[in-house]
Amino acid sequence: MDALGDPTRRAIFERLAGGALAVGELAAELPVTRPAVSQHLRVLKEAGLVTDHQVGTRRYYQLDPAGVGAVRAYFDRFWTQALAAFADAVHATGDE
Amino acid sequence: MVMSRESSIVVRRSVTVAASPQRAFDVFTTAIDTWWPRSHHIGGREQFTAVVEPHVGGRWLERGDDGSECDWGRVRVWDPPARVVLTWEIGADWKANPDVVSEVEVRFVAEGDGRTRVELEHRGIEVYGEQAEQMRETFEGPGAWQGILDLFAGGIAAS
Repeated sequence: MDALGDPTRRAIFERLAGGALAVGELAAELPVTRPAVSQHLRVLKEAGLVTDHQVGTRRYYQLDPAGVGAVRAYFDRFWTQALAAFADAVHATGDE
Repeated sequence: MVMSRESSIVVRRSVTVAASPQRAFDVFTTAIDTWWPRSHHIGGREQFTAVVEPHVGGRWLERGDDGSECDWGRVRVWDPPARVVLTWEIGADWKANPDVVSEVEVRFVAEGDGRTRVELEHRGIEVYGEQAEQMRETFEGPGAWQGILDLFAGGIAAS
């Protein structure tokens, strides 16, 4: 199943990119019911895209740090290194 | 409470160089082979040339020393010396994959005094979410991604 092919799941996923949220907080921001949000979260969780943890009586959902978050961290690191090499190349050849 | 939330998963990095926007643009694009990390390639050849074809629709690719070619993406916007937008079409398995498209925009902003700020934004990284699912199917384990990422990180550290 394409976990991010559904527009509501994609919207949920994009909101979680800003930090952990509870089901109620997601439902308040989206034109769907709480049970529907829970169902979508279950699919995202099964796909390994989000994880959850309990705080008191509320369950919070966040992006799985071993999933896309890790890819983001990888690109962050890669581009830092690549831009440093780029700057060195610019300076090595001098302005013309 | 005001929170800024990305509608896309994005990486932003910038660097300032002592050069005109035109020169910075040229080095970034047509002279990409002079700085592209050598560890970072997807073809089978260790010796390769990185290439950005200088026009909209042009290819972004590596050309191995045996003449083999591996596409990395395409030129979506070619607007020298201000801006270039490239697609990044590389799957989670580190192979060319035209179905896994994220986007790299680079802007060249004159800062005066002969300096240029180069702002890079790699966006649409959430596309790898779909790949994560494929990875899981392939490797049957929650650590599959981490293993691949460690491999990438090792390659970078070794360069």
